[in-house]
Amino acid sequence: MDLDFSAAEDAFRAEARAWLTAHVPGTPLPSLETEEGFAAHREWERTLCADRWSVVSWPEEYGGRGASILRWLIFEEEYYAAGAPGRVSQNGINLLAPTLFDHGTDEQRARVLPSMARGDVVWAQAWSEPESGSDLASLRSTAERTEGGWLLSGQKTWSSRAAFADRAFGLFRSDPAAGRRHQGLTYLMFPLDADGVTVRPIGRLDGKPAFAELFLDDVFVPDEDVIGAPGQGWRVAMSTAGNERGLTLRSPGRFTAAAERLTALWRENADPSDTALRDRVADAVIGARAYRLSAYAGASRIAAGGSIGAESSLNKVFWSELDIALHETALDLLGPYGELSDEATEAPAHGGWAEGHTFSLAGPIYAGTNEIQRDIIAERLLGLPKGRR
Amino acid sequence: MRFLLDDEQREFARSLDGMLTAADTPGAARAWAAGDTAPGRALWGRLAEAGVLALAVPERHEGLGPLPLELAISFAELGRHVVPGPLVETVAAAAFLDRLGDEPAAAEWLPRIAGGKALVSLCVPAASGPYALDPDAADAVLVVDGDTARLAETNGPLQPSADPVRRLARPLGGTVLARGPAVAAAASHAAEVAALATAAQSLGLGRALLDRTVGHVGQRTQFGVAIGSFQAVKHRLADTLIALEFAQPLLHSAALALAAGADHASAEIAAAKVTAGEAAYAAARTALQLHGAVGYTEELDLALWIRKARPLRDAWGTPAACRARVLATAPKGAGS
Repeated sequence: MDLDFSAAEDAFRAEARAWLTAHVPGTPLPSLETEEGFAAHREWERTLCADRWSVVSWPEEYGGRGASILRWLIFEEEYYAAGAPGRVSQNGINLLAPTLFDHGTDEQRARVLPSMARGDVVWAQAWSEPESGSDLASLRSTAERTEGGWLLSGQKTWSSRAAFADRAFGLFRSDPAAGRRHQGLTYLMFPLDADGVTVRPIGRLDGKPAFAELFLDDVFVPDEDVIGAPGQGWRVAMSTAGNERGLTLRSPGRFTAAAERLTALWRENADPSDTALRDRVADAVIGARAYRLSAYAGASRIAAGGSIGAESSLNKVFWSELDIALHETALDLLGPYGELSDEATEAPAHGGWAEGHTFSLAGPIYAGTNEIQRDIIAERLLGLPKGRR
Repeated sequence: MRFLLDDEQREFARSLDGMLTAADTPGAARAWAAGDTAPGRALWGRLAEAGVLALAVPERHEGLGPLPLELAISFAELGRHVVPGPLVETVAAAAFLDRLGDEPAAAEWLPRIAGGKALVSLCVPAASGPYALDPDAADAVLVVDGDTARLAETNGPLQPSADPVRRLARPLGGTVLARGPAVAAAASHAAEVAALATAAQSLGLGRALLDRTVGHVGQRTQFGVAIGSFQAVKHRLADTLIALEFAQPLLHSAALALAAGADHASAEIAAAKVTAGEAAYAAARTALQLHGAVGYTEELDLALWIRKARPLRDAWGTPAACRARVLATAPKGAGS
């Protein structure tokens, strides 16, 4: 057992660090969650992609570097330590791409992945519906067979940045007569500018217009945009819910960097006799470290031929709660300045804490609520009996 | 990087677990609490045969170590099985004697520790408080105060602990063994070893509490169904597992740092200690709550685990002291 990086891994880290030092914008881009910021972040994706840093873990043929999970973790550590911009393509890269690697056709991969890697096509997820959140399998939007493809109808919601994105992916009920509700679902990709698609932006808790509701009215989708077999959508969507995505949904580098910024804030501002606050800073540092080490263990397990399944639920609950605690501690350290948004002229020098705090509050909700994750942990890892939710 | 236990390490843990499962450790713990140390000493002999005590002793004194990772692995099993006695203190005393540079003292005690012939309690007031654990059962009680080490002559009256298996008393009198800066340095190293071993013990203790409670809620029915099917119960157990799972990599990393003699070992051990200690204590509270009234009885062996969680959380580094140590050294940056 060891925690040592090889010379090649150290060289990879050095290369990433040098590139980021040379390319990360000196002044932060406008918020990713606005139209202007979205465009600026799309440009950043192109910059990343030009030197093959946008999707390091993908095979080279799609714009990646074929990096191992460990190298991906290294890249992410450097990325967040450098204070690089948020990733506008994250939903495509984290959710759609793994599905295409596992269930897509060569034609689909060749068509979808390179433009995703360049940021030319930005993808939004379309899972939730007004009546289907945690109970996703109850979804009602339909895909009706038509010549050469499908007609999509219904309503999707809480689709992040769909107001600015180009295309979306989600599950649709293609066989309403299927015996069980998990059956008869089909995984489809569709354009957001197609006839019959209406996108209505929804302001989020942070005031940004970055949620959207999608109204679909007989939107035509060709057969080539079905992923996996029709009717197998649930299995296709869920098979990538664990495994590597358990590590990649939120990279440890994000929290390592945030904990270091918090520690710096504490050293600069804190009253040394306030041990209650000191303890919370220490807990954030420890939590970020534990998450990082746990990811190394997960990467080692995968490298040794193992896999990560329901264990990804442990990660989800852990990082989402860590993120909130970390930001709450920062706000307490900042006192009266804690509530100032980035737009405030007197916002703290190490800005972003108020926005970061509001965003952290969403963590226990998105990507499967923490209540659902705890059910998964209890039932699949501890073997407790299923019960009513 | 391969941040995974290897097959040999896993097998070592499995064989200790098997040996201790068959050894009626709860019985030995109950006897120990009542002042009958014979079953505990017998257990100690078997642990020595398995090589556990030799892990803290260097080869030149008939040991196998120092091997901090294997020590952590084995102490997790000792915690899982509530093995009684000054186990942590004995391995920490071995670390002290190994570092002290006093060859006669090392030659006198270390082979006996490695062979399971000597139980040594250790009291470092600055790190462990004023009491020695199980001084009446130990063959020697080492006291290190500042830069002076002595072998205590006797001990004060027993101060019963909330965990009756932990027999505490003040070490008294005795002869000076060594004095000087090397003593303080060796004591601080010993305290790190003690903190690591205690963290490991906590982790194993917490896992046993979780396992037993999962078993209980799967069997116990109320309202016509197993109580483990209720979300309130499931979620509490899920949180218990999460806390234990994220303590483990901290423990293993801390052991590696100690083995490498890294500067950041102290901060890493502190992080592991507070995290494992808090996780085990939370596991104890969960175990008690989900067992209900029967958990609040002495008859159930579970009491042996529940009562140990809090003292282990605080022994050899309170949570507050550990958190302060984590921040005392600059955070280790990515890749550095």
